Amino acid sequence: MSDRKLITGNEAVVFGAIEGGAEAFFGYPITPATEILEGWAKLSDKNSNLKFLQAEDEIASGFAAIGAILAGTKAFTATAGIGHVLMQDAISMAENQRLPFVAVVAQRGGPSTGTVNYSQQELNLASFGGNGDGLRIVYSASSVEELYYLSAKIFSTAWKYRFPTILLSDGYLAKQKVTVKLSKPVKPFPESKILKEDIGNPTYIRNCYGSEEEFAKILRKNIDDYKNIISKVSECESYKTAGVTDLIIAHGSPAASAKDAVDELRENKISAGLVRPITVRPLDCRTIASAAKIAKRIYIIESSFEQFSRTVIYKIPEIAGKVNLLLKPAEGISAEEIVNFVTKVKK
Amino acid sequence: MKSPDYNFAMPDLLNIKTKPSMFCPGCGESIILKHLGIVLKDNHLQNKTTFIIDIGCALLSWNYFNLDTLQSHHGRSVPVAVGYKTIRENRNVIAFMGDGGAYAIGLQSLLHAAFRNNPITVIIVNNTDYAMTGGQMAPTTLSNEITTTSVSGKDPKEVGPAFHGPELVRQIADKNAFIARASISNPALLDTMLKKAFKTQSENNFSMVEVLSICPTNWKTNAAESFDFLAKMEKVYPVGEIIQNEKPSK
Repeated sequence: MSDRKLITGNEAVVFGAIEGGAEAFFGYPITPATEILEGWAKLSDKNSNLKFLQAEDEIASGFAAIGAILAGTKAFTATAGIGHVLMQDAISMAENQRLPFVAVVAQRGGPSTGTVNYSQQELNLASFGGNGDGLRIVYSASSVEELYYLSAKIFSTAWKYRFPTILLSDGYLAKQKVTVKLSKPVKPFPESKILKEDIGNPTYIRNCYGSEEEFAKILRKNIDDYKNIISKVSECESYKTAGVTDLIIAHGSPAASAKDAVDELRENKISAGLVRPITVRPLDCRTIASAAKIAKRIYIIESSFEQFSRTVIYKIPEIAGKVNLLLKPAEGISAEEIVNFVTKVKK
Repeated sequence: MKSPDYNFAMPDLLNIKTKPSMFCPGCGESIILKHLGIVLKDNHLQNKTTFIIDIGCALLSWNYFNLDTLQSHHGRSVPVAVGYKTIRENRNVIAFMGDGGAYAIGLQSLLHAAFRNNPITVIIVNNTDYAMTGGQMAPTTLSNEITTTSVSGKDPKEVGPAFHGPELVRQIADKNAFIARASISNPALLDTMLKKAFKTQSENNFSMVEVLSICPTNWKTNAAESFDFLAKMEKVYPVGEIIQNEKPSK
């Protein structure tokens, strides 16, 4: 089935989540993610199978989502900025207890009210924000259509691999209204009861350990599991990368600009291409490294100060010598800026 | 090591492998858990109950019962219980926590669960201190009580008097909610309060029982002194159902 619809990014998240099998949402109003809460409230009002709670804060939203997940329901939350900071309490617990926690984060800039529109400054928080090692799966959407598709997919990823799964959006994506083709996403991975309700064989899920060694053993298993799924979950789009001399690496909204920039640079006879990580944690390092291998110049472009480039260069250190950074923390990046940047560096 | 051959009142419910339990000698929490188990058994709730616990001393009950048990973060057992109950409407869902979890770090969630009349049962152990971390001042610490962070005695003018949680919650809870205080000095009353709390939950209303308990380790008291202090607590914190919006006493 495919359907063309005029929708916003936040509406795409709600429709996608339904396709992914979501049945419960717990949230708190925060710009620019609020319409996800409102959209779900509207659906829930018509369909009593779709549970909804507007909680007292993002801490409670996160933990109430965990409660519903324990009962075997695909539950999720959506937040942004400082709400995302509070949410780390629940995400840290989910990470340690291997719970299929799902959140959509519409990134905004700065502390407190800051700017409510846009940034890519929540990448570190989504990936490593807790008191753990960041055993999470983080997707970054770069179009409304992709927001829809990934909003369905994150539930399957979380329930299949049992790591918290976060989808990054941003204020530009969340609020833009565009016509998109909504293809039916892949068949959702099924949910199951985590607390089994079997008195003869109770389920115990804890956060307390008798010794460092006991905890380390659990962590080692979780880390091994995480390493083993990297090749299965990591995704990357390669756009016109074959044999390029100038390779751009970007994720999210700037990657959409970068795609236009690649086309324009090619019109100007510059051999440019783009690799766009769809999972920003873990990264599909093989695809990035292979595209980067023959490139003479690499451009890492992000609306944050080295949050993305630091991870890319750490994971693929051989590119470090040829990297040029275009960093615009909390500001949008246009295709024109990228064309000018690449052209200038190339000279 | 083979477990001693105890004669328990609720053998199906106790996870015998974990006995004797890990609570400090003389701790009141074992008494509360024992009576919780008896009430669950007597009311045929053992097959219906999900146990969500906080951190602090409550965490030592993570495998105490043959019940599905989740140990949450500090103050977060209430929202987890709310989320679980949202999906599993017929389960008897308990949030088990200390006074610090309920009245300090988790107060916001406790108040809103009561305000929304979420049908869960919150059991709060009040021992007037943060016990697991070594006996710091809690909201519930009595005026003039010495703790490691109220070294000359808690000064009510500086940090407030004894915190009356159930009376506070009563102010905003639904009229059909059941809000009560019990004490380990009166186990029969504790049983009655717990039973009423679960009945209230089954009728789709919020319930909460604060239980006054003893903490000999941090109070540095022997058995007799512990119960003397408990008697003092009962004068400040009246035991029984909190019927209406009474003004908290000093």
